[in-house]
Amino acid sequence: MNTSMSTKGSPRDRVTGTPFTRGLGILVLAGMALLIVLGLFVSPADVNQGESVRIMYAHVPGAWLAYLAFIVTAVSSAAYLWNRTRSLTWDRIAGASAEVGVLFMGISLITGSLWGRITWGTYWTWDARLTTTAFLFVTYIGYLAVRGLGGTHQQRARRSAVLALLAVLEIPLVHFSVELWNTLHQEASVAGRGTNVDMDGLMLFTLFLGVVVFTLMYVWLVLHRQRSLTLDDMLDDSGLDNALTARRAEGMKR
Amino acid sequence: MSRSLQGSAGVIATARLIAAKDLRVERRSRVLLNQVLPFALIVMVMFAFALDSDAVLERVAPGLVWLATLFSVLVMVSRSFAVETADGALDQLRSAGVPATGIFIGKMLALMAQLLVLVALLVGAAVVLYRASFSWEGGVLLVTTAIAATCGLAAVGTLYGGLAAGAKGRETLLPLLLLPVVAPVLIGATRATESAFGTNGIAISEGWPWFGLLAVFAVLFSVAGAVAFGPLLDD
Repeated sequence: MNTSMSTKGSPRDRVTGTPFTRGLGILVLAGMALLIVLGLFVSPADVNQGESVRIMYAHVPGAWLAYLAFIVTAVSSAAYLWNRTRSLTWDRIAGASAEVGVLFMGISLITGSLWGRITWGTYWTWDARLTTTAFLFVTYIGYLAVRGLGGTHQQRARRSAVLALLAVLEIPLVHFSVELWNTLHQEASVAGRGTNVDMDGLMLFTLFLGVVVFTLMYVWLVLHRQRSLTLDDMLDDSGLDNALTARRAEGMKR
Repeated sequence: MSRSLQGSAGVIATARLIAAKDLRVERRSRVLLNQVLPFALIVMVMFAFALDSDAVLERVAPGLVWLATLFSVLVMVSRSFAVETADGALDQLRSAGVPATGIFIGKMLALMAQLLVLVALLVGAAVVLYRASFSWEGGVLLVTTAIAATCGLAAVGTLYGGLAAGAKGRETLLPLLLLPVVAPVLIGATRATESAFGTNGIAISEGWPWFGLLAVFAVLFSVAGAVAFGPLLDD
């Protein structure tokens, strides 16, 4: 991390931007503009799906990003618990990543069900992947709620780290049991899924660009969020000190 | 007390003491008997109002039994940890050097015992209210399913109850944390119970794979709880 982000000193006068994140931000904006132009205007409509295929350029990168975010959360939670130092940086990365992940999982669930409505004629199907995604979404909303429970920073970090690792246990189990439930009790719900799609070169490129841009955006958002969480923690720590100093200054004046 | 509670023998001794303590608390306070069981029963009656058809009720009876169980688990877990946090008992146990794994196993076993009573009552209610019925063979499947499912529910409940214990707003947080995790139990236990009841002509043999799922769940979360409970309480 940047040296200006050490946890000592006053949180005042601090910004979360550094030359690196500013450059990254510009890159993300430019990439996003290109993605919008390519995705909405330049790339062709699909033979079968028509114009609705364009939802894919936001949906697939969004879903990818959400899963990436939760993997990062799990790994940094493990890193927090593993390291003797109990470094809160890992905890903040986990928290920042989960926040971004929940946002993009929400986006991909919404775009996915809209696309499903157009293409399959239904907003939702009890497919294992969809259901697991919904569970992941709810689980991480709960994770964020646990982060907000209060207590000391270390308490928050420990609670949420354990919870994130339990989610790693939970999600495969949910996926497996939904799959089992589905295969025994439902016919293949949607026709045409899993068929081999021969994609146009430009479409493939646009999709690839989407994944890259979304990933860069994820890095950008998490860096900023991680730093603003650091500031939050510093503010918490310094809150009492500041109040005491202000009180004393008042006493001196009299 | 702390000297005799070290090592694995200490864990077992602690678990036994904690479980006995929790069951004693229940015997004297009768919260399960006077509040949770009637609550679960009224839920079963409400289901009948909502679904309003004997045929439908008979078909969905297994699912309703386990849904009512899940609702009751939420209440029981809250209760189980309200007992501990009211006087800071959990903190004192930890500062007295009592092994966290022992506390976890003890509370889990006590919860499991109470859940088994609850499930037995709910199955009885399904037989009376929803016309469910089962053979001897189905009864065996039902009992083993109930044991595996309640073991899993108790493990997860104790783990997440401990996580939320002592925090503000835990009553509303617990359902959000707990329900997604226990979804496999609901799926597995409902399917196994369908086989046991013979709902929709499902054979009893089809229920045993679901019992397998429940057993895997129970083992995984019992181990996870035994490992994770210490770090959770070490504040």
